[in-house]
Amino acid sequence: MNFAAIRVIYRAEMQRAINTLFQTLASPVISTSLYFVVFGSAIGSRIQTIDGVSYGLFIVPGLTMLTILTQSISNASFGIYFPKFSGTIYEVLSAPLSFFEALIGYVGAAATKSFVIGVVILLTASLFVDLQIEHPIWMLTFLVLTCVSFSLFGFIIGLWADSFEKLQIVPILVITPLVFLGGSFYSINMLPPFWQTVSLFNPVVYLVSGFRWSFFEVSDVNVWTSLTMILIFLGVCLAVVSWMFKTGYKLKE
Amino acid sequence: MDNIISINDLAKVYDNGFEALKTINLDIERGEILALLGPNGAGKTTLISTIAGIVSPSSGTILVDGHDNVRDYRSARKLIGLVPQELTIGAFETVWNTVSFTRGLFGQKKDPEYITQLLKDLSLYDKKDNQLRMLSGGMKRRVLIAKALSHAPRILFLDEPTAGVDVELRKDMWRIVNKLRESGVTVILTTHYIEEAEEIADRIAVINHGEILLVEDKTELMQKLGKKQLIVEFKEPQFSLPDSLKDYSLDIDDKGLVLTYTYDATADATGITRLLQSLGEAGMSLKDVRTTQSSLEDIFVDLVHSDGIAANEQPKEKSA
Repeated sequence: MNFAAIRVIYRAEMQRAINTLFQTLASPVISTSLYFVVFGSAIGSRIQTIDGVSYGLFIVPGLTMLTILTQSISNASFGIYFPKFSGTIYEVLSAPLSFFEALIGYVGAAATKSFVIGVVILLTASLFVDLQIEHPIWMLTFLVLTCVSFSLFGFIIGLWADSFEKLQIVPILVITPLVFLGGSFYSINMLPPFWQTVSLFNPVVYLVSGFRWSFFEVSDVNVWTSLTMILIFLGVCLAVVSWMFKTGYKLKE
Repeated sequence: MDNIISINDLAKVYDNGFEALKTINLDIERGEILALLGPNGAGKTTLISTIAGIVSPSSGTILVDGHDNVRDYRSARKLIGLVPQELTIGAFETVWNTVSFTRGLFGQKKDPEYITQLLKDLSLYDKKDNQLRMLSGGMKRRVLIAKALSHAPRILFLDEPTAGVDVELRKDMWRIVNKLRESGVTVILTTHYIEEAEEIADRIAVINHGEILLVEDKTELMQKLGKKQLIVEFKEPQFSLPDSLKDYSLDIDDKGLVLTYTYDATADATGITRLLQSLGEAGMSLKDVRTTQSSLEDIFVDLVHSDGIAANEQPKEKSA
C-alpha cells in the first residue's frame, strides 16, 4: 500500500479547500442562513408543525443533506476532472499507486470537506433553532455515508466528464431536482398517494428520511430501509468506480 | 548486455483504429543515453507513455529492470521519472509543494535535504515558495524536471525537453543529464532536434510510423551512414578533368569552380593525396580545400525519406 501517495493526494486536495477557505465555508453558511430566514422565519412561522416538529427545525436535516450532496459531488468531480483537464493527471497515472489508493486520496478529501461543511451547517442552524439530536451515532453514520457515497458519485462524474458543461450537467439536471423533490423541505406523507409512490423511487428520500429520523425520530420510511438504500448506493458507486479503474475508462488510452 | 528496459512485440492501436505503435522491439542499456528520433506523429510520445504506464499497450510486454510494467507496475514505475512534452503543471501550488507532492506519489518519505539540493541544482531554490503560475515557461520546464527527479529515478524520460527553451536552460539541462549519466541513471530522450541527439546521446533509435527503423551506436551510425566530402575550389573555371581522375567519384558545378569528391572516411586509402597531386600536375590553381561530413540530421532525413515521409514532416533546424 502506497500510504505516502494517499497522504499527498489527500493533503493537496485539502489544501485546495484551505486556500479558498472563505469561499468553502462562507457559501454554505450564507445560503443556510438565507434558507432559515426565508423558510424558517418568514414562511415557516405560518406553517403548522410537521409530525410535531416545528417547520424551522424540520428543514434542518434536509437543508444539510441538500448542501452536502451538492458539495460532495462538486468537490470530488472537480478534484479528478481538473487534473484531467490540465494534463497533470499524467503524474498519478505514472506513479506506483493503485487506482484504489488514488481513490482513497481524492474521495477521502472530498468527503472530509463535505463532512466539515455539514457540521458547519448544523452549527449555523443551531443559531436559528433549538437543535436536538436524538440519535447522534445514527446522525454521524448517515452524514459520513452520504459524504462518502456522493463523493464517490462525484468522482464518477469527474471521470466521465470531458467538458465543464458535462461536469455541471448532472448536478444541475439530476441532483438538484432529486434533492428538492426528495422531502428536504416537506414530508412525502404530505403528497397525494400517487406522488408518494413516485417519491419512493428517489434515492434522496431515503437519505433525508433517515437523517431526519436521527434528529427527531420522525421519518417517511423505516430507518433501516434508509440505511440499506444508502449502502446499496455506496456499493453501486464502488462497483462503477472499480470497473472504471479496471478498464482505465476515460483515464488511460 | 545489461538492459534496463526490454520492449518485446509492443503494439498500440487506439480505439479509432490508429496504429500508433507497430510491433516495437527495443532494448535500452543500463546507464546509456538513448535518443529517440522521429518526426511529429512518429510514435515517440506514445512509446514512452506506454513504458511509463500512462498508455495501456494493446499487446506485447515491457520489462523495466526485470519488472513487467503491467503486472508488477509498482516496482517498474518506481524506477521511472518522466518529463512530459507539454508544460502540464498546476497553478496555485508552490514549487516546493509540487515537487514534494510528486516525491510522495512515488511512495518516498519526505527528504527536505534532497529536495533542497535538487532545486539548487536546477536553479529553482530561490523560487521554492513561488506559486507555479508566477513562473516563466523556462522555469516551469525546470520544475517539471525537478518533479521527475524528486524520487531519484534510475530511468529518466525527457520528452522533447528543449522545445521552446532558451540557451541557458538547454545548457543547464545537458549538464544535469551528464551528471545523471555519471551517477548511473539511464536517460531516454525524445526529440526531433537532431543536434541534441548528436551532442549528447550514446545511441540513436529512429522511429517513424510507429516502427523502429534502426537502433545504432551514434558514432558507428555516423561512420556507417555518414558521407565525407572533399570540396576543392578553383581559381579559374575548369570544365575538363585529367584522365587520371576518371575513376574518382567527382562532381563539378556548372560554373566549373567547385569540385566535390565523396569518399569513405573509414577506408585505408581515401585517394585524397592522389587527387590533389593530379590536380596540381594538371596545372589547376586551387583557391580553397575543405572537407564536410554528413550530420546526423542528413542521416535522419535520408532514413525517414526512404520510409516514405513527406517533405514537410522533416525535422526542424534547431533554433539557437
